[in-house]
Amino acid sequence: MKFLVSSVWGNKRKDKIMKGIREKVDVCVVGAGHAGCEAALACARMGLETVIFTVSVDSIALMPCNPNIGGSSKGHLVRELDALGGEMGKNIDKTFIQSKMLNVSKGPAVHSLRAQADKADYSREMRKVLENQEHLTIKQAEVVALLTEPFTQNDKLYEKKIIGIKTYTGTVYEASAVILCTGTYLKARCLCGEAITHTGPNGLQAANYLTDSLKSLGIELCRFKTGTPARMDGRSIDYSKMEEQFGDERIVPFSFSTNPEEVQIDQVSCWLTYTNENTHEIIRANLDRSPIYAGVIEGTGPRYCPSIEDKVVRFAEKERHQVFIEPEGLHTNEMYVGGMSSSLPEDVQLAMYRTVPGLEHCRIVKNAYAIEYDCIRPDQLYPTLEFKQILGLFSAGQFNGSSGYEEAAAQGLIAGINASLFIKGKEQIVLDRSQAYIGVLIDDLVTKENIEPYRMMTSRAEYRLLLRQDNADLRLRKIGYEVGLISREAYDFVCEKEKMIEAEITRLQNKKVGANKEIQEFLESKKSSGLKTAASLAELISRPELSYEAIAKIDPDRPKLSDAVIEQININLKYDGYIKRQKKQVEQFKKLERKKIPSDIDYSAIKNLRIEARQKLQKFKPISVGQASRISGVSPADISVLFVYLEREKL
Amino acid sequence: MKTDTIAAIATAVSDSGIGIIRVSGENAIEIVDKIYQSKNRKKRLCEVKTHTIHYGFIYDEDTLIDEVMIAVLHAPNTYTREETVEIDCHGGILVMNQILDVLLRSGCRLAEPGEFTKRAFLNGRIDLSKAEAVMDIIHSKNEFALRSSVRQLSGAVTEKVQFLREEILYEIAYIESALDDPEHISLDGYRERLEEKVKNIKSILKKLIDSADCGKMLKDGINTVIIGKPNVGKSSLLNILVGEDRAIVTSVAGTTRDVLEETIKLHGVGLNIMDTAGIHDTADEVEKIGVDRARKYARNADLILYVVDTSRELDENDDAIMELAASKNMIVLLNKSDLDHVVNPEEVIKKLTLMSENENNKMTCVSENNNIEMTQMSFFDEEKQGDTKKTDTRVIIKNNRKIRIISTSIKENIGLDDLEDAIKDMFFGGEISINDELYITNQRHKEAFLEAYESMEMVQDSLIKDMPEDFYSIDLMSAYASLGKIIGEEVGEDLVNEIFSKFCMGK
Repeated sequence: MKFLVSSVWGNKRKDKIMKGIREKVDVCVVGAGHAGCEAALACARMGLETVIFTVSVDSIALMPCNPNIGGSSKGHLVRELDALGGEMGKNIDKTFIQSKMLNVSKGPAVHSLRAQADKADYSREMRKVLENQEHLTIKQAEVVALLTEPFTQNDKLYEKKIIGIKTYTGTVYEASAVILCTGTYLKARCLCGEAITHTGPNGLQAANYLTDSLKSLGIELCRFKTGTPARMDGRSIDYSKMEEQFGDERIVPFSFSTNPEEVQIDQVSCWLTYTNENTHEIIRANLDRSPIYAGVIEGTGPRYCPSIEDKVVRFAEKERHQVFIEPEGLHTNEMYVGGMSSSLPEDVQLAMYRTVPGLEHCRIVKNAYAIEYDCIRPDQLYPTLEFKQILGLFSAGQFNGSSGYEEAAAQGLIAGINASLFIKGKEQIVLDRSQAYIGVLIDDLVTKENIEPYRMMTSRAEYRLLLRQDNADLRLRKIGYEVGLISREAYDFVCEKEKMIEAEITRLQNKKVGANKEIQEFLESKKSSGLKTAASLAELISRPELSYEAIAKIDPDRPKLSDAVIEQININLKYDGYIKRQKKQVEQFKKLERKKIPSDIDYSAIKNLRIEARQKLQKFKPISVGQASRISGVSPADISVLFVYLEREKL
Repeated sequence: MKTDTIAAIATAVSDSGIGIIRVSGENAIEIVDKIYQSKNRKKRLCEVKTHTIHYGFIYDEDTLIDEVMIAVLHAPNTYTREETVEIDCHGGILVMNQILDVLLRSGCRLAEPGEFTKRAFLNGRIDLSKAEAVMDIIHSKNEFALRSSVRQLSGAVTEKVQFLREEILYEIAYIESALDDPEHISLDGYRERLEEKVKNIKSILKKLIDSADCGKMLKDGINTVIIGKPNVGKSSLLNILVGEDRAIVTSVAGTTRDVLEETIKLHGVGLNIMDTAGIHDTADEVEKIGVDRARKYARNADLILYVVDTSRELDENDDAIMELAASKNMIVLLNKSDLDHVVNPEEVIKKLTLMSENENNKMTCVSENNNIEMTQMSFFDEEKQGDTKKTDTRVIIKNNRKIRIISTSIKENIGLDDLEDAIKDMFFGGEISINDELYITNQRHKEAFLEAYESMEMVQDSLIKDMPEDFYSIDLMSAYASLGKIIGEEVGEDLVNEIFSKFCMGK
């Protein structure tokens, strides 16, 4: 099979000075996936002349893996993105074919929206948005080099500044900022058993030159891996052997600006089936042919999204694994086989899939494969997503060592906003861990040692009770408005909503009901215990068996409020104790966060720091004492020492 | 600068006449006021002039703890430049610890190592040129606190803490993976399981708090039981320690027929000393009751003083005593060193060592050399400063338990200093006296255990209130972090690692 290995890496580009075109723009965005689209839209919408580069205009906002947007904690990211003025929420609202609110039986903090997308529609709609965006140009070209010049600035770490990019065909785009969103395309290599191709996802052209340019600028790269399952011909699947999975009856849109009435569509179903011992037997017998187990793969894969081989090996005691069959769109019969990503050879794949009930006669349209790609160690970035060493160079998405469409989009938006603010000479934004999942995501990326593609998880957000998907607008609309991505009208709407919530909560807290017969009978009818003394309506609502809606009868003078406002009232009153506790923790957290560390601090001058702490601080260059305290190997005593030092220097 | 209020013992904890507890921060005066009563019960500390001293009493609710002098110092002319109260109390560990305990319950937080100095600096009290020294203090105190903190934990406690952390982490990971991947992992029937688990963990924590509760031990005194065969000098020991002829001392074996109890103070530590009837087979009915009681007391003792008459051969009664005391903190007194001895220390050590082999439950002895390490602290020919009496203290460490062996002549008052030192050493690790700003790190352990316990109570509360599962993990995580403080471990990526290693997630 050796002939399949192309030798493209060895193929040096003839770097003659081609007489090329020279263009002048504000921002270049490299890559048009989920990160690139958000970054480019943010820049253009903030009024900057922006070019977005892609190796294939037909694959803008491509979803090369799972056909859905959202899910636990990822749904939160999309809501936050939307509150800030991003596009992903609106785009999925236009193109989803099934929607589900996950975890509804659990607390409001972990409710999370997930929608199945029509992939082709999603891509087409996003392309339309990009094409119609003022100040934005789409260009099909491979970016091969970053152009920089030496640059230093007092009290900053910069060594260079970005001045533009160069494409394969020799065109130079001069720009003040560049945002790298190269996804899984850099030196990409796809593996399907012994068959290895040097392509990006879905057989698209890889980007083979930019890596060298990055390295020459001193950027450190590493190699990650991820994988995707096969796509089946829907006609070859026997659904009668599977459990049908429906969408929700009442659909909640992702975007705060989508009218809920407009998304109540006819939905398609997904299907659930299981692997069995036969499946596992085939996998075990062919492990030596898996590139991962044979040691062919160099990249580090994510633990949360293991291939079926991984699951079988690591969880040997499990008799079966779930398999979700999900449609790729309305206009194709391709079906995604969720839960069975693999890099086994084609023949093993087919045999393996055919052991699954319902897939006995399946025909594979696209084989499962693993993909390896170059990405960076994200500790080279500030929490603004700008490179510490290179002024004006930003990056986002899988290139930063994350994984997932939503994680990419969230970073893309922040990189876009900050690149624009940078050009405008304004202060850049950093969301902190108490403000948004986006803040947690970026802080984790730039502060922790990232050993695998990073996926958002609800357990990573320590203040998740405050970071709910239902209040993303209340948390973040203001920031979106201030940077110019949210209209005055939309912002006013949120302010009004906030006022209504506060006013109504105050009213409910002050309005007391006595222990009279009418109230006692009412409570009895709701299976709620009677009152001994007078109680406020707020106290009644906080009872598990009651709610704002449930006590309507004994509260006749209430104002007319929207469902969204009522939802906030219920949550705030019911979980009051927990919310207050978290708010208190946040106060503590903010104290350290507010204490900034100048970027030119010389840690070697602080001799009382432990050696490990000093090395780590030197490496990560945290922007605040708070960020410093989250670096592994930096102890509370080191933080105290740092505090005193900063005070002495009056920094 | 807005700060919380901190408290700590500011003087070395020793048997000195007086000790100072310092309270600093916004609410310092208000908090002390809550636990202070003047003689006429009318004085309020928040009404008195700054830099004045007030006589009065510290109460724990209705219980009087100590007679004190209180200095009220308003900001900014104080060490930390914050509102400050200094409580001069009687210097014993017991009293100081109790007062600190009340303060912590009344709204103070235990000061971090070096925190008073740090605050003094941050509030501009200390010259900038001294900042280096401040950083040194913080650095060294933390190092010290960590070292002594870890040392003060017995292996058994560390193991328990680790076990509890593992248990808790598993539950969090279970809940979290179900939240992250609801379609793969279900929480059906989980509440019942967790409820059981939480109950279990709580009861273990409760036990740990009770046992790790140095304050309780100090308040109630250390239950010290003197045992030995008849007429080895047990009652003489009691009398010498108590300083009066409480027990009848004769040379007739079997004089003490019941258990005598006395309380003494040794380095500020209360010892409840119980002299017991000599353990031996006896036909005398009254004496038999006494012997049985002696056994019972020995079983419940915090510390056993085992007196051996070195002028007589060891016999089966000694075996019985050693077995009885095998799982206890024990000091062996090789008494009557003034007489010709037929029993030497090696013989006793050998017996103590061998005995563990029969006791396969409590002590596992892999091989004699593996598990037992012997250190010699001072030996016959080494002279103690200011004391011409030759002494001998040996320590055997067995399964993390130290057994000290001391040569004494109770009659001649030889070796009793060693005994005092040994007792002090045993309960305070000898570390306290060099530490000036915080009380023994055990207080930290206790705080952490209490925090963990409270968090588990909140989990229970959420279970009772039928809250959704994600609320449990909030408090489980706090409990996990609190327990981590005890063994000096950060939370870091523990949870994420646990989720990925134990639960199969993902698309």
